Amino acid sequence: MPSAVIEAVELVKTYQSTNAVDGISFEVAPGESFGLLGPNGAGKSTTMRMVGAVSTRTSGSLSILGMDPNESGPEIRSQLGVVPQTDNLDTELRVRENLLVYGRYFGIPRAVVAKRADELLEFAQLSDRAKAKVDDLSGGMKRRLTIARALVNEPRILLLDEPTTGLDPQARHILWDRLFRLKEQGTTLLLTTHYMDEAEQLCDRLVVVDKGRIMAEGSPASLIKEYSTREVVELRFGSEKNQDAATTLAGVGERIEVLPDRVLIYAEDGESALAEAIRRGLQPITSLVRRSSLEDVFLRLTGRSLIE
Amino acid sequence: MSTVASGSRITATADGVRFDRSHRWGAWYVAEHELRRIPGYKWSMLATAIGSPLLYLLAFGVGLATLIRSGGSAGVDGVSYAQFVIPAFLCAGAVGTATEEFTFGVLLGFKWNETYLGMNAGPITPRQIVGGHILFTIIRMAVTSGIFLVIAMAFGAIRFPEGLLVLPIAILGGLAFGIPIAAYSTTIREDRGQFAVIGRTVVLPMTLFSGTVFPITQLPIWLQWIGWISPLWHSTQLARDAAYGHAEPGWLTLIHVVVLVALIAIGAAVEVRLATRRLNR
Repeated sequence: MPSAVIEAVELVKTYQSTNAVDGISFEVAPGESFGLLGPNGAGKSTTMRMVGAVSTRTSGSLSILGMDPNESGPEIRSQLGVVPQTDNLDTELRVRENLLVYGRYFGIPRAVVAKRADELLEFAQLSDRAKAKVDDLSGGMKRRLTIARALVNEPRILLLDEPTTGLDPQARHILWDRLFRLKEQGTTLLLTTHYMDEAEQLCDRLVVVDKGRIMAEGSPASLIKEYSTREVVELRFGSEKNQDAATTLAGVGERIEVLPDRVLIYAEDGESALAEAIRRGLQPITSLVRRSSLEDVFLRLTGRSLIE
Repeated sequence: MSTVASGSRITATADGVRFDRSHRWGAWYVAEHELRRIPGYKWSMLATAIGSPLLYLLAFGVGLATLIRSGGSAGVDGVSYAQFVIPAFLCAGAVGTATEEFTFGVLLGFKWNETYLGMNAGPITPRQIVGGHILFTIIRMAVTSGIFLVIAMAFGAIRFPEGLLVLPIAILGGLAFGIPIAAYSTTIREDRGQFAVIGRTVVLPMTLFSGTVFPITQLPIWLQWIGWISPLWHSTQLARDAAYGHAEPGWLTLIHVVVLVALIAIGAAVEVRLATRRLNR
């Protein structure tokens, strides 16, 4: 592996005696797309702020592009692109102006910023909105503008904190497409998400984070392989009857998980597990056979669902 | 990770990105950003800048002055009443602009549209953000108070060329009041109308008791202290020196300058600390 652009060792951040981040270690290689997957409050954003050199770590060591954020914060930040959880665009400026003023912060000459602003608006599919007020943009457009702004300095690492939270499905797909293009161009991405589909689409490698600690690390496929079965059968019997059904299902598949609204059977062959359930006389209201996802990995690791 | 391998990559920054420039010019880039917002409110800014001196001249030069003369007085401090109050209003106007920028302007950046967080996510430091906002406010005061000064000179209410010094004096006064207020604004997490309270309990009494519309020596001694601690009184007295040669012992002139500069220096140091703490989460 070429030398890492991000190297975190036993990273800790304490707020009033609570450890928001409690000993996280990971490395990100140049060009890699790395994810922090976990529920709200897992410590993902705090980790992101420490990597973004705007939050001083309580302990542990951290190296970004070979520099220590405690020593060289501004210098590190001049080579990062940051997409925060909430857009902090200047709503008193027009769309294109937001890119112009932001580019200047990196010491980029006016003429270069102007040219790049136009290219980025093109990339963000906002060229026809260049003179619009920021407040008149939809949520998805604001998000794309924030991403365009984060790219104005051609960052060596792009940090994305929950890039698609709060967007409708169509807007999310447009955004994923844009991020996938960046990934193809070799931009190093570090993103946090609590959406498993987002992590599966965008991350080469990820860590599952819960309560400030890393629960597992690997590629989406290897995590699924390690912590789940190939397929899952989801059965709904009605909230009162799920527990009874689970008793009847004992021994079917490799593992059974009872959730408040459904029973999950983890099996290599979902269809035959479903057939066995029917053979045992169960009559689910709905049944679904699907591939295992990172959601199942998370459930297995923590006993909880990602989105609660 | 080997430092040699990483070292060679670090120098390879993207086209046009120059950290040395951000390091040196960061505060100016912040001011430049804020100047770009002006087209959004240029008309209200200009209307205030041109309208208020005209109103003051009309009210005090024509209206109140007549009343005071009919009371048997030849004016105040050896000059006409308009000449006495106009430098004070110019200074009070700068304080007003500064108050606006160092209350709402500061919270806008930290909280309402979080632009400070955006700047700080790039190479801009909290110190540069604070410095840039001060720089921008100086420019804004220079424009509005400058217009006021030109109009006042045109009407002969302030002498030329000594009166030109009134402009930097007014700006100094605005900063001496505004920057400590900026430090307070930086501590506000929830807006519960604190700025309206400042307006009523600090700005208004300060304006009334700072020798603005009458000399503070007219006040009983137990009220004069408001003037002594008020940056507005210090800037107003200096402005009167420049505007019509108001006579004052040299040591007092020096005290005015020292107080104003001290308030700015202490306020800025505190504000930088608080901003650094607020942005480092």
